[in-house]
Amino acid sequence: MLRIRGLTKRYRTGDLALDKIDLDVAQGEVVALIGPSGAGKSTLIRCINRLVEPTAGTIALNGVELTTLGKGALRRARRKLGMIFQEYALVERLTVMENVLSGRLGYVGFWRSYMRKFPQADIDEAFRLLARVGLDHMVDKRADALSGGQRQRVGICRALIQNPDLLLVDEPTASLDPKTSRQIMRLITELCRERNLSAIVNIHDVQLAQMFASRIVGLRQGIIVYDGAPDGLTSDVLTRIYGEEDWSATTKRSPEADEDADHEEPGALEPAPLDRDRMAGLT
Amino acid sequence: MTVAIRDGLKVWQRRERAAQFAIWAAWLVGVAVLVVSWSFISEKTIWPFVLDAPQQAADLGVRMVPPDWSSIGQLWRPMWDTINMATLGTLMGVALAVPVAYCAARNTTPSAVLRPIAMFIIVASRSINSLIWALMLVTIIGPGVLAGMIAIGLRSIGFCAKLLYEAIEEIDESQVEAVRATGASAAQVTAYGVVPQVMPAFAGISVFRWDINIRESTVLGLVGAGGIGLPLNSAITTLAWTKVSLILLVIIASVVLSEWVSAKVRQAII
Repeated sequence: MLRIRGLTKRYRTGDLALDKIDLDVAQGEVVALIGPSGAGKSTLIRCINRLVEPTAGTIALNGVELTTLGKGALRRARRKLGMIFQEYALVERLTVMENVLSGRLGYVGFWRSYMRKFPQADIDEAFRLLARVGLDHMVDKRADALSGGQRQRVGICRALIQNPDLLLVDEPTASLDPKTSRQIMRLITELCRERNLSAIVNIHDVQLAQMFASRIVGLRQGIIVYDGAPDGLTSDVLTRIYGEEDWSATTKRSPEADEDADHEEPGALEPAPLDRDRMAGLT
Repeated sequence: MTVAIRDGLKVWQRRERAAQFAIWAAWLVGVAVLVVSWSFISEKTIWPFVLDAPQQAADLGVRMVPPDWSSIGQLWRPMWDTINMATLGTLMGVALAVPVAYCAARNTTPSAVLRPIAMFIIVASRSINSLIWALMLVTIIGPGVLAGMIAIGLRSIGFCAKLLYEAIEEIDESQVEAVRATGASAAQVTAYGVVPQVMPAFAGISVFRWDINIRESTVLGLVGAGGIGLPLNSAITTLAWTKVSLILLVIIASVVLSEWVSAKVRQAII
């Protein structure tokens, strides 16, 4: 579905952020991208929707070559690439509803969007998504009145209302506490499963990555040094990705973490009303 | 070095020795310039005139009291003109300042060519006082409120555009990036990513400038640009001091009122 070949990015400062990356992502696959700070994780996913312009290489999404698109075609391609950000990147002074609907900007003309006259179908979908993530009672709240976990849920809705083929997720849990982090990661992976969506998730937390991703890609200094199953992350592999360190606490997945992943929220797949109360209480 | 080894001890000082001496020298030069300037001003001053200043002031004060309340009926119209001049001038200035600020801000400017042009407009507008704008405009379009309004407007462009473009440059780029990532057009990115972020600053700047303009427009009549300055000028030239004191009271009242309004509006917005 996504096919990256020889992707290279050299910044104007001369730093080589990505060095001839080859990566394929299949339909419905959730890939966790791990690696130390500065390894090029953010650059990689920003090259896909060209918030960062790649220096060389090709990126094809469902057969459409993204790197050579002109302005208008790039905007149409971006509609199919939902993005979720580290610090949520919501427009703080707009309401929850306006933030979610901003995901439809690529489909709606300027004046309609400026006058906030979105098609009723978009508004229906926004309500559906907000109910799904447990925020349908917060529609009129301003984004800056929300907690971190709630904001990230709005960010997820904004990405999903684009009706994307691929989710680009940049450190979704970096500003969240451990519990909310797990809830957010669970929500993202569940939604991907429901919609058979692919996702590339940049993440710092190795255990979270192992818990929720079906495949792990390790990046170091712009080169892929590991690509395989979550179970394959041995001490050796982690040393290859991050460098020398005592990895025993990370590789030996604690029983507590396992239990948490399996049992903490048995009703997580159930739809809205129940979800809402539970999540509102938790965030 | 700020860190030096003396007698085997590592000592730290805030500045290097040379920097410390340079700072002392700068203070010395500053004080010397002040003393020389003071003596220069003192030589050019006719001290007898200054020495009887208290009597002169008291004399003028006595001639100003009581204010000539009977002539207040003639002041409503020029005061109304003054407020209109300030308000319409502010609207004009703000409307023109928005595109200038958009072109001047590094993160929104459409092209590298437009930016210096926008900067020049800002500097030109700011460096010429509204009294001088009014003086020129009175000779171009004749005396009256229109000249005053345009003078206020031209002066406001630079002030508003400068503060607004600084606000635009301080916005959170990640919000803009997020809107761009949805496939929004450039106009939509501005409307959703930039405008909400600068709206409070924009409202604050406009009200602040309106408040300043009320004060500035009271003197524009001195050069024939209409408003309360006209009767003030004629009262001073005819030595009608009781009238002067009344006009000054009216001006103070209107300025207090405008300060109060702008404070309320800013509170409501932020």
